[in-house]
Amino acid sequence: MNLTYGHTLAVWQRNFLVWKKFALASLIGNFGDPFLYLLGLGFGLGLYIGDMNGIPYMAFLASGILCSSAMNSATFEGLYSAFTRMEQQKTWEGIMTTPVGLADVVAGEIVWAATKSLISCTAILIVAGLLGGIQSWSTAWLALPAIFLIGLAFAAISLVVCVIAPGYDFFTYFFTLFVTPMFLFCGVFYPIDALPTAVQWLAQILPLTHAVALVRPLLTELPLTGLWLHIGVLLFYSIAGTVIAIRLAQRRLIT
Amino acid sequence: MVVANAVRKSFGEREAVGGISFAIRPGICFGMLGPNGAGKTTLMRMLLGMTTLSGGSYTIFGEPAGGNEVRARIGVVAQQDNLDPDFTVRENLLIYARYFGIERTIAEQRADELLAFAELSARAGDKVSHLSGGMKRRLMIARALINDPELVVLDEPTTGLDPQARHLIWERLRQLRKAGKTLILTTHYMDEAEQLCDEIVVIDHGRILAQGAPQVLIREHLEPEVFVLVDAHEGQIAKLASADGVRFERIGDVWYGHAKAAAPLLARLVENPELRFTHRPANLEDLFLRLTGREMRE
Repeated sequence: MNLTYGHTLAVWQRNFLVWKKFALASLIGNFGDPFLYLLGLGFGLGLYIGDMNGIPYMAFLASGILCSSAMNSATFEGLYSAFTRMEQQKTWEGIMTTPVGLADVVAGEIVWAATKSLISCTAILIVAGLLGGIQSWSTAWLALPAIFLIGLAFAAISLVVCVIAPGYDFFTYFFTLFVTPMFLFCGVFYPIDALPTAVQWLAQILPLTHAVALVRPLLTELPLTGLWLHIGVLLFYSIAGTVIAIRLAQRRLIT
Repeated sequence: MVVANAVRKSFGEREAVGGISFAIRPGICFGMLGPNGAGKTTLMRMLLGMTTLSGGSYTIFGEPAGGNEVRARIGVVAQQDNLDPDFTVRENLLIYARYFGIERTIAEQRADELLAFAELSARAGDKVSHLSGGMKRRLMIARALINDPELVVLDEPTTGLDPQARHLIWERLRQLRKAGKTLILTTHYMDEAEQLCDEIVVIDHGRILAQGAPQVLIREHLEPEVFVLVDAHEGQIAKLASADGVRFERIGDVWYGHAKAAAPLLARLVENPELRFTHRPANLEDLFLRLTGREMRE
């Protein structure tokens, strides 16, 4: 299990260097979707809704979209891209014959996927600001470290799924059972107290709920409550996910 | 340098390696020969820590095989190309150098030397996917040398290559041996082993069938002269077989005559000019087939 900083960094750097080659295309791809959501729902629906939870809908939505983008960005990287490197390109196997161990490979992938969340969400944060989605600029920058933590949590979960997946089709289950429900029920579009109590309880154990609860008050005038609970839950998913992903990767690749 | 002592590996019920022992001296080229599924690749993977041992001990540089730090002193050429398709030829070497923690300026210098060694300098900026099979193999070998390893492990380095590409790789491997590197090579090409290896083990069904220098093994197990006859029928062979010290063996439609001396059989063959034959010294392929049998392996 032992991780070495330099080795994890080398794996991270490998992915960063590839990203750098196609940085512009990648960035445009990353914020195209969230931008459309903000425009379409924020302006369109916002006109009818007016305020939500006492703040303009655009501001309410922007923080939600920011968090769901962090989720999507890390999830795609941790599922499809990491799986391609593990299974199609055998990049992991090539690295495993160097002093870099499999644990470092998995950890490097997780930190990289979180970094990708951070990169694309930084761009989205700027766009959200231009569209009027940010109310309190003084705390908005604190969303960035929060985004990185959110990215880590989803990256770690995705790597667990990646290393047990028989093929790309498997990821569809993960999206249908996990990612899409979170997108809809974790407070991205409306406050979760609109949901039946049982569903609210369920939402409370999902990472995106805590991501939104952490980031929304940083961008808006809403009060921040339960700070350490949110950070704790996200940290829990990050650490538990990483440990499990490493164990399962070893089971898959070290025969 | 590498010592295997009663190494075993089972995958569930199936025993892939059944108690193998050998010792590899520094500076030699050591060949592991065996049919597909004999256990060669499993032995290689265990050396690198990619497969765990079920029993016995496997040490390298005096340390247990498979440790992360041990791998810093090994170069590996895997059977399947796992070059990084997202990078160019030269970048592949530089990225790999990072995994070994090699400083950038040193890595660049070594990368250029190795590209020259692998005759890939002109392709340095090309994408890996644009390389031919032989070039990819050479790049794999160059990459395996980026850390200036003491030991280079090659799993079937020339499988699937054309003769020109194979000869170039053999030449480079001999060059490495001359430079003092220890090589471990798995192959099922007997000419490759004969060209390159100082010592071999013949493995089948996870066990060692023979171990030693190729020429010594051939002398120990086989008569020195081999006659190969195509299109001969049994009556003709029976007449030939009455010569002194000759033993015939049939594989498919080919007859192999193994003789202690060439003269008696040659004399009879001259009397039967209608028989087409080739006469050659016994080689590793004869030994291999003798030891591992003739049946097909899938």
